[in-house]
Amino acid sequence: MMHSKSAWADFSGGARAISPLIVALIPIGMVYGAVAVGKGLSPLETFLMSLMVFAGGAQFVALDLWTHPASWVSLGLTALLVNIRHLLMSASIALKMDHFSGGQKCLSMLFLADEIWAVSEFRARAAPLTPMWYCGVVAPFYAAWALSGLAGALLGAFLGDPALIGLDFAFPAVFIVLVAGFWKGRETGLVLLASAAAAFVAHWLLPGVWYVAAGALAGLLAAGLAGGGEEEEEAAR
Amino acid sequence: MTIEFATFAAFLAMAAATILTRLSGLVLLRYVTLTKRQKKALGAIPPAVLTAVVTPAALSTGLAETIACAVTALAAFRLPMLAAVALGVATVALLRLSGL
Repeated sequence: MMHSKSAWADFSGGARAISPLIVALIPIGMVYGAVAVGKGLSPLETFLMSLMVFAGGAQFVALDLWTHPASWVSLGLTALLVNIRHLLMSASIALKMDHFSGGQKCLSMLFLADEIWAVSEFRARAAPLTPMWYCGVVAPFYAAWALSGLAGALLGAFLGDPALIGLDFAFPAVFIVLVAGFWKGRETGLVLLASAAAAFVAHWLLPGVWYVAAGALAGLLAAGLAGGGEEEEEAAR
Repeated sequence: MTIEFATFAAFLAMAAATILTRLSGLVLLRYVTLTKRQKKALGAIPPAVLTAVVTPAALSTGLAETIACAVTALAAFRLPMLAAVALGVATVALLRLSGL
């Protein structure tokens, strides 16, 4: 009895942690749905893509490239490129899943959308991650993404432009707040600077979403170099 | 409401690609043993990825977005998360309204 009570507390804690991101997600999901029917997908297909793919960035890029009939090769490759950052994200979060069984880890990774990953990384700084907490994050977010897309597809042209009230800015804003939470002093400053500089240059020079990979790798490199410097200092003492 | 075969095949390919990228980090850790220093460097992934994702929005979209990002970042150190986000959204909406 005690056990199920604490499991529920864990689940609702996860749901609370993701709730501000769900508020930001719903208008974006509706825009996705409206764009999808505009490209000739049926509401059912729009819903199915969210359920199967569950990766907002890749879904938007796919709609941008949509053809009739759809080309599974080019859309599959595009999804691979857009989501390549998940390699680093899943490696990083897996190190914080000590309370998960092997199967639970695999299952968790299938739902590793950016927002879910970000709140989990944030949580892992304060408390160990548990499977029930993670379920509490995933379940409402997954449902909100799929259902808001379906609602957008059914309402279609009735929707206004969310940019008018700045709602498109909600995700960058949430990510900036999360970055601030990872601040640990000078070394973090170096990582942010390297990442932003590399992402800016890559975004300017390269098509597509290579800037995310470029920024992530530059930040990782900066951290490696800074960490190495500290170790040498310690060895010299 | 129907589902076209080619569309369904495209969804399958996209789902497979996404799952592959999401599992790859887990698979990588199985075969690579990390030193303490490498693990520490991996700790830089969250801020580095998040920064890279927002950089075009912050620097290459427009003045309204750049200012709103700066406002959000400053607010993040003083206000709770939801308040800082709301302030950023309000800032960008007002600046766009003013024609920036």
